[in-house]
Amino acid sequence: MLKIEHLKKRYKTGPWVLKDISFEVPDGEIVGLIGPSGAGKSSLIRCVNRLIDPTDGNIQLDDVNLSSLSAGKIREQRRHIGMIFQEYALVERLSVMENVLSGRLGYLPFWRSFLRRYPEQDIDNAFEYLERVGLIDHANKRADELSGGQRQRVGIARALAQDPRLLLVDEPTASLDPKTSRQIMRLIQSICREKSLSAIINIHDVPLAMQFVDRIIGLQGGEIVFDGKPEALTEDVLTRIYGDEDWTSVKPDEDDLENGEAA
Amino acid sequence: MGELEQKLVWHGRTKRKAWMVWGGWFAITLLTIYCWMEMTEDTIWFFVLDAPVQAADLIDRMFPPEWSYIHLLYKALWDTLNIATLGTLLGVILAFPVAFLAARNTTPSVVFVRPIALLIIASSRSINSLIWALLLVTILGPGILAGVIAIGLRSIGFVAKLLYESIEEVNGTSVEAIESTGASRFQTINYAIIPQILPAFLGITIFRWDINIRESTILGLVGAGGIGLFLSSSLNVLAWPQVTLIILVILATVVVSEFLSAKVRELLI
Amino acid sequence: MRTWQRPHYLVPDKRWRIALWIVFALYLVIGISSVEVNWQRAYEGLERGMRFMEGFVNPNFSRRAADIYSGILESLTMTVTSTVVGILLSIPFGMGAARNISPKPIYLFCRSFIAVSRSMQEVIVAIFLVALFGFGAFAGFLTLTYATIGFLGKLLAEEIEEIDNKQLEAISSTGASWLQRVHIAIWPQVMPRMIGLSFYRFDINFRESAVIGIVGAGGIGATLNTSIDRYEYDSAGAILILIILIVLACEYFSGWIRKWVS
Repeated sequence: MLKIEHLKKRYKTGPWVLKDISFEVPDGEIVGLIGPSGAGKSSLIRCVNRLIDPTDGNIQLDDVNLSSLSAGKIREQRRHIGMIFQEYALVERLSVMENVLSGRLGYLPFWRSFLRRYPEQDIDNAFEYLERVGLIDHANKRADELSGGQRQRVGIARALAQDPRLLLVDEPTASLDPKTSRQIMRLIQSICREKSLSAIINIHDVPLAMQFVDRIIGLQGGEIVFDGKPEALTEDVLTRIYGDEDWTSVKPDEDDLENGEAA
Repeated sequence: MGELEQKLVWHGRTKRKAWMVWGGWFAITLLTIYCWMEMTEDTIWFFVLDAPVQAADLIDRMFPPEWSYIHLLYKALWDTLNIATLGTLLGVILAFPVAFLAARNTTPSVVFVRPIALLIIASSRSINSLIWALLLVTILGPGILAGVIAIGLRSIGFVAKLLYESIEEVNGTSVEAIESTGASRFQTINYAIIPQILPAFLGITIFRWDINIRESTILGLVGAGGIGLFLSSSLNVLAWPQVTLIILVILATVVVSEFLSAKVRELLI
Repeated sequence: MRTWQRPHYLVPDKRWRIALWIVFALYLVIGISSVEVNWQRAYEGLERGMRFMEGFVNPNFSRRAADIYSGILESLTMTVTSTVVGILLSIPFGMGAARNISPKPIYLFCRSFIAVSRSMQEVIVAIFLVALFGFGAFAGFLTLTYATIGFLGKLLAEEIEEIDNKQLEAISSTGASWLQRVHIAIWPQVMPRMIGLSFYRFDINFRESAVIGIVGAGGIGATLNTSIDRYEYDSAGAILILIILIVLACEYFSGWIRKWVS
């Protein structure tokens, strides 16, 4: 269970990017984080695994308080938090397999990772994850030979290799076409279900989010302005999050159309 | 009204800029004239005017080259090659950590370590390998070792500077991704940064090797081994036909090394 | 259990990789063993090495103050004049060596001039010029000018060969003369980079001016040579520090100018 209490963040002398964020994510729940660019979504998930340091507040994963850990200790905890990135963030000049195995780095001493002497169990698991994401035939290709969707699958396999308790997903579909986007979201969803993993997914595409997540948190100007089931995401709420717009076109449910014209 | 004012201000600025440009050219011209006068104060113009005659005389004495001398040069050429290659290796090995200490995104401390690394780079870059050799010959005694170390010391700055610039240009999200798996600092460097800079690193190394071949041909002038030793001794006894041959051998070596390094770089990239 | 081995992209065949490593190791053994080290002498040198370090940390600017002052001044004047003259001469040579704007005989002449200049070490050129023009800064000036022509001429030629041919054609089609073509179509395209490169060359010329003094071509090199030969490491340290500072100042200044120009 992830518990965030009164999280605040500002960069140096800039404005507050996150103002007093609190919420909990129970095990196995998939949370979609929506909101306009600059609402603080990216900062929020990067605070969780401390890629950036929060200014104030508590972040607790199970019984560990992440926000107060020293730089050395946070590395141990990062192993349990898988992260998937917008531009895949693979190391392009390494092989697909090395990219997947890099998910094990936090568990290995330097010399083993340097010599690529991974434990047999790790290699076995890595093959299994590659099979799961459908890339078993590409294991020894260089990552830059793959297409966008395939690269994102490698990114997912890398996060899985960490054997995580929580997934942080940053705009997984922003660089993909609509069909591939749905495939990727479906893959993330089904993996979370299989392993009863909880996940926080930053996502721009509201209909896509509503289709694949259990719960939606709307962020606006660094504050939570909505927290509830996807079905509760009405036009009013969207207006509160994004500002005025004709929302009828983004609604996936035909039934909701009768709510009439947006203001 | 506001627009008009803006236009006027803008016009004024270009005018000032134009004046500054002219002023700059004027200052450069004055400086050059001053420097010229200062420099030629001690010049004996008789020698300068006499130079064409001297040149004709010198060329007459230099040709034909003394081809039979060449069998003495093979060993010297081999030494020169070793000085350049081993020196490059030494420089690269030392430059590697320096580059990581100097790059903003990998240095352990921007305030303390980075300035020291930059100072090492600047010192190594500013001082020519011949000067390093001059120093090292007085310290270690004449010989190849001084040459190797001189080339190595000069190469540190060159390689480290280009390398740290490419480290700073590395894709940041890949680094973030590796960090987010819980990797340590060295693991992050090994997995996220080194694969990205490897092509640049190999290119820089070969480039520097090519330059070092050229530089190592003259280190012998100060006693640091290689073909320059023979050049120096032939010059001392004014054996111009030998000098011609040595120069030709040096030119051939430089051309071959340039060709080789271009080929290898093509292969790698 | 499945196994996995890291794929190698550069040399995929394992036998070739091993062969290359063996060749490399063999070279290292032979190369290093050809370095004859006189350990006795090197050991004695340790103390001198320490003295040099000390001299570098505690430089002595005063003992040879007059020599250092005149040497640095001579280096700087040589650098300024040779860079300016070198730039001016590299323009005709560079244009002559650009295949797309110059006739064949001129092209061949300029190319070979540049090629020879580039493959000759400055020090070797200096030796000859000192023999011809006598000791002193004038020989150094000529050396650096010659090297500058080779360096900038080649880059200018490459730059001109890479310019946008459409613009050149457009200007030619208006019936412009050769000079007009150069002035209107070529100069604006290559100018910004050439300014940056000129400053870079200034920097190199200063560093080289410290070296060619060793063979008698003027500048701070002669003073440096004497102080090292006499084991006056504190004076040598002072000179080296001055060289480093001036190079740093040049770099800073040229960065500033480049920003201002572009």
